[in-house]
Amino acid sequence: MSALSKALPRIEGVAIISVFVAIVLVFMVLAPNVFLGIRIYMSFLTSVPPVLVLALGLTMVIAAGEIDLSFPSVIAFSGFIFAFLFKTYELTWLAVIGALAGGALVGFVNGVLVARIGVPSIIATLATQFFWGGITTVVSGGLSYNIRAVKDEAIWHVFVGRIGLLPVQALWASALAILIWFILNRHRFGEHLLFIGDNANVARVVGINVDRERIKLFVLMGVLAAFAAVLLTLENKNFFNTQGQGFLLIALASVFIGGTSIFGGQATVVGSFFGAFIIGMIEAGLVASGIQGFWVRAVVGLVFLGAVIFHLRMERVNASGSFAKFFGRG
Amino acid sequence: MGQPDFQHVVRLVDIEKSYGNVRALSDINFSVGRNEIVGLIGDNGAGKSTLIKIMTGVDKPTAGELYIRDRKVDWNDYSVGKAHELRFETVYQEKSLGEKQPLWRNFFVGRQITNRLGFIDVKRQKAIADDILLNQIGFRGAGINADSAVAQLSGGERQGVAIGRAMHFDADLIVLDEPTVALAISEVRKVLDFVRGIKESGRACVYIEHNLAHVHELADRLVVLDRGAIVAEIGRGEMTLIELTNFLIELQQHRPADAAAKRASTPS
Ligand SMILES: Nc1ncnc2c1ncn2[C@@H]1O[C@H](COP(=O)(O)OP(=O)(O)OP(=O)(O)O)[C@@H](O)[C@H]1O
Ligand SMILES: [Mg+2]
Repeated sequence: MSALSKALPRIEGVAIISVFVAIVLVFMVLAPNVFLGIRIYMSFLTSVPPVLVLALGLTMVIAAGEIDLSFPSVIAFSGFIFAFLFKTYELTWLAVIGALAGGALVGFVNGVLVARIGVPSIIATLATQFFWGGITTVVSGGLSYNIRAVKDEAIWHVFVGRIGLLPVQALWASALAILIWFILNRHRFGEHLLFIGDNANVARVVGINVDRERIKLFVLMGVLAAFAAVLLTLENKNFFNTQGQGFLLIALASVFIGGTSIFGGQATVVGSFFGAFIIGMIEAGLVASGIQGFWVRAVVGLVFLGAVIFHLRMERVNASGSFAKFFGRG
Repeated sequence: MGQPDFQHVVRLVDIEKSYGNVRALSDINFSVGRNEIVGLIGDNGAGKSTLIKIMTGVDKPTAGELYIRDRKVDWNDYSVGKAHELRFETVYQEKSLGEKQPLWRNFFVGRQITNRLGFIDVKRQKAIADDILLNQIGFRGAGINADSAVAQLSGGERQGVAIGRAMHFDADLIVLDEPTVALAISEVRKVLDFVRGIKESGRACVYIEHNLAHVHELADRLVVLDRGAIVAEIGRGEMTLIELTNFLIELQQHRPADAAAKRASTPS
């Protein structure tokens, strides 16, 4: 077998990219006046980046066999820190750093709960979601912060400005996707996460410091969620208390539609990348096709479930495939 | 490399290990000499795996001391990574391979070949993994290469990979925890040949095995664990295989709790 023919079917994400293209084509037929123009695509590149950044972090979390449900509250909490520091002290870069530090704090607490105290991550992060969400409501007094003045600041242009028509946040999110791909697939840390997700006992006996890597993982997730919060708050030029709501479903759906295994030990960054755009497209496409807004959530939920079932089936087929090969060889 | 001037590759002194209320090990004094093959035997749950996990940095004992090449090691500085550095290699009883991960990752995980930023040199790791598979383990034409996932391998092949990994890293002490479990006879022979190879190449080995014929044949010394304590040490040639078998059966019938009483009185 030549190296090429061996590598071709393995190129990461061929299937998901095909699905993505198919969906674009379907919407071009269903809603040509929307999907044949460039505006809708620029609108995706504005709205998808925060989701994508969340999905990238979640891909690593799920690769390690964990889950993080606290990120919607980081979107609110770090968004608040940013808006507050900007509005009250006119801080810009420091406000970004403050927001990221807030995310790191949330992640660190999650990591300690999971790795050191042994609380299952689904429970720990569910609890911290409520905790940080509550804290944000208290400290913000339930108010929203209008920060329209941020548009005149350098950071606005650096993070969410426009190059021609292209929203800059799309570049940030794409660069992060490349970085996270390399960390997961080529860095020691990513390999450790994959082994931990595969089997934490194996990870321990091969010499991985499982607790420390888990804490690092949750901190990274917290920082990424905080970065998503910064992008979102800058783009909206506004902070509001409930701005994290709605991200839980679409960020997780992006990862699972992309094909990352719900069992851990296996993950695809390329899949999550296109998964995020597929979700964004389905949302926008359904609206543009004249389907009423409240149906969109239901459809996304169904697509999410369908994707998980599909990938489960695929994993089983692959497993039985190798089984057959084993017998064929014997 | 000059001849090292030490007596024991590893020595454990007064080791105790409890898991909550379960006393897994007590009063363990255990050592392995240079170029010595030590067979570790005992019933299920006797504490054999626990002992070697402490020895190889996976678990910390509740009390006791560790000497490596006659030098005392602080438990706080000891870990699997440190044991690797000190040239200890272990094939653990339970799974020690990541099922869904390719072999090239499994060979090097925990001590990847990386650049200064921690990014893995995949090409080199794959090349070395392929070389180990072909030349050390001898998976010739078996359709297994560095990219194969562990999940596709048979039990024997997995054991081969774990042992091949231990061989590659050229250790002074190789610990094998029941390496022949679930292997076909031809595969068992390979493992036994490997243990012989350890002896011939001047290295040391701790070999845990339930099959008495195998350990009896290979070990320079047998250490018998029973319910967390060492109850006998038997040098090569001190007992025939049949005597050893009878001795262990005897041991099972007279558990240590009443062994002292037994010694005083005549067994009924
Ligand atoms: N992580 C743990 N938590 C609690 N108890 C444990 C743990 N590991 C081992 N034990 C207990 O310690 C004792 C010794 O176990 P160990 O695995 O060392 O036995 P073993 O001699 O290797 O047995 P086998 O021949 O079946 O492999 C057992 O009673 C076991 O239940
Ligand atoms: Mg054992």
